[in-house]
Amino acid sequence: MKVLMFGWEFPPFSRGGLGTACYGLTKGLTNNGVNVIFVVPRGAAEQGSHVDLIVADRLYIDNPKLKLRLINSPLFAYQSQEEYNNELKKLKQKLGPGFNEEIYGRDLFDEVEKYSEKAKIIASFEDFDIIHAHDWMTFRAGLKAKQVSNKPLVVHVHATEFDRTGGNPNQYVYNIEREGLHAADKIIAVSNYTKNKIINHYAIEPDKVEVVYNAIEPNKDMQIKRDIGESEKTVLFLGRITLQKGPDYFIEAAHRVLQFDPNVKFVVAGSGDMYGRMINRAAELGIGHKVLFTGHLSPKEVKKAYQLADLYVMPSVSEPFGITPLEALNNKTPVIISKQSGVSEVLKNALKVDFWDINEMTNKILGVLNYPSLNDTLVSEGSEEIQRFSWDTAAQTCMNIYSSLQTVGI
Amino acid sequence: MENVCFYFQVHQPFRLRRYSIFDIGSNSNYFDDLKNERIMRKVAKKCYLPINNLILKLIKETQGRFKVAYSITGTALEQFEKYTPEVLESFKQLNKTGCIEFLSETYYHTLSFLYSKEEFREQVEHHKLKIMSLFKQSPIVFRNTELIFNNELAHVVEKMGYKVILAEGADHILGWRSPNYIYIAKTAENIRLLLKNYKLSDDIAFRFSNRGWEEWPLTSEKFAAWVSATQGHVINLFMDYETFGEHQWEDTGIFNFMKSLPFDLLKRNISFKFPSDFADVEPVAELDIHSPVSWADIERDLSAWMGNKMQENALRELYVLEKAVKSTNDPQIIEKWRKLQTSDHFYYMCTKWFADGDVHKYFNPYDSPYDSYISFMNILNDLVRMINNENRGGFTEKPSILLAKS
Repeated sequence: MKVLMFGWEFPPFSRGGLGTACYGLTKGLTNNGVNVIFVVPRGAAEQGSHVDLIVADRLYIDNPKLKLRLINSPLFAYQSQEEYNNELKKLKQKLGPGFNEEIYGRDLFDEVEKYSEKAKIIASFEDFDIIHAHDWMTFRAGLKAKQVSNKPLVVHVHATEFDRTGGNPNQYVYNIEREGLHAADKIIAVSNYTKNKIINHYAIEPDKVEVVYNAIEPNKDMQIKRDIGESEKTVLFLGRITLQKGPDYFIEAAHRVLQFDPNVKFVVAGSGDMYGRMINRAAELGIGHKVLFTGHLSPKEVKKAYQLADLYVMPSVSEPFGITPLEALNNKTPVIISKQSGVSEVLKNALKVDFWDINEMTNKILGVLNYPSLNDTLVSEGSEEIQRFSWDTAAQTCMNIYSSLQTVGI
Repeated sequence: MENVCFYFQVHQPFRLRRYSIFDIGSNSNYFDDLKNERIMRKVAKKCYLPINNLILKLIKETQGRFKVAYSITGTALEQFEKYTPEVLESFKQLNKTGCIEFLSETYYHTLSFLYSKEEFREQVEHHKLKIMSLFKQSPIVFRNTELIFNNELAHVVEKMGYKVILAEGADHILGWRSPNYIYIAKTAENIRLLLKNYKLSDDIAFRFSNRGWEEWPLTSEKFAAWVSATQGHVINLFMDYETFGEHQWEDTGIFNFMKSLPFDLLKRNISFKFPSDFADVEPVAELDIHSPVSWADIERDLSAWMGNKMQENALRELYVLEKAVKSTNDPQIIEKWRKLQTSDHFYYMCTKWFADGDVHKYFNPYDSPYDSYISFMNILNDLVRMINNENRGGFTEKPSILLAKS
């Protein structure tokens, strides 16, 4: 079986769960003997010291099952209009007179369209059985590939525009999502939570949507963690500082926790459009000295942040899946997760709160920090439980979906 | 087989509220009265009232040849008095037939035997007084919480004057032996040990409605034939009373099964006995049971209540308070502390099989074992605060759970 996959990002450098998920799934598929042609925007691939990282990664070398196809484009996942314009400017500077206006889109949406035209060309000469596209930016690409090849299209929804915007979707993005969902032969949702969003907001028949939960690669080199003598405890937020991730609820809970116990430190790791606002809010509450903003972290730093933390909190307003709690547990850190998340459907050994329930969040944070047995039990049961979240299993479910589409002969 | 001994366990805990850190110091009501009342009314209607009626009818129809033993916890009795007095009344009616035996246990259905012998004795005494005042019976048979048993218990309980004690007939204590004989614990002089026949008991209590079971549907005829074909002194059928109508719903046919079972057994010349009827029967062998055995889960050990660190910690922190609690001489504080000892609170914290979404869940009023632990520990913090207020200066043991602010 050969899959033409339109993916995003190359870990270890990635902006979020989407890249991690694409990577894990691709690995699971190739492990199970599936051939994957992995198409990504070169913009994403060349971020930072990217090319070296790709080469260093075992997934991409000596793997006869995986073929990389880079498309010239400054697109990357979770990109906003503004960010696209910045990328374009950088590219212009870098290429100087070599910059060809014709090749790149005037704005983000124009570029998405251009990208899909390039995808069409790839689809016309590559040999494959199934098309698999991840999230809205690649939906048009998937669609064009389907038109030119007549092969079945699977679209994979890691997040909808409703999750990202807290219910105020950009009409253009919504239209692309809707078109892709309707044109697809099968839809994969990362949770029932997301499946319901797809059914309710995009008018899709429930039978067309299958749930495939994300997974994690077990952490083999996990070291013994943190200094027990540490008197100040650390609570971690890690993710994009955007409305979707609920950083504001985290700050409010921090404020209440500190009223009970001043010996707690809060770390906010990540960047995003609410970054400045959050720093101001912490200052306004008089807890600026207790809340550390780290900005964007490298993968190594992320791992260290998990390991240094006594507790990880994911207060997302709307989280289609949420891989980070699994990563935290993989680093032996207990987790509090929002009930408005896909991962809370499957992860049992976690504390769960409604994202808006700041008092309950405070109660649970203090519970973990004050009662060591709670911490111990969450970690020992949780790190055992996450062994069940395997990319191989997720890949096998995808393969069943591929086969069902092939036998129907679409 | 000539004898069958039925013993039914009747128990309801005082369930706790969801108690947050914000409640500490401002809310001294730990118990979810509304929920407790709602559950008592529901179980009374589905289980206690109909099954009591049926038992009464069976006793009358068999002219008193059918008889059963009950162990009713103090926390259940108090809630009958408070919420469903008609249930208590129906137990009194049953008692008048003379075909009912009441057993002794810890008033609050606790694990106190494992933590404080003194507290254990006080609770057993308390329970005995309650049974005497309500039913005018003075029990000579003892059953410990969740049928937890070991050598030491037999010894302690014998010293307290009991003649018979009950335990689980677990494979790992019996080996090749049969549970259908009278035994004696190695440490005991006289007290007789009756063992639950878990196979036949669980056929009724757990497997009855299981359509995947090869013996389904279980008829009273078939069951009586199994009993009849067995060798020994007695088949001990020990189970939760809530089996009837609550664990096995009425539409499974459990009431109809029970309606005909006594007659099918009597037809085969099998008699019904009280546990106390075996107080003078010569034991067939000594059993040496060091580590505690219970009737819970497949492990039949203490892991349902003491299997993880949260459970161990909560129990330890609770019992550490014993002296401080008692030195307050405040009956309200002492009663609260005792209600917190009810084993159910620790069962809710069990993480065994949690990831598989298991049966423990059905009985758990909390979203997760972790939520129940947090509520419990917050309550304990409030209790410590109250004790400290009462014992100003007199209380020197500093519990490890104190929060920075309280």
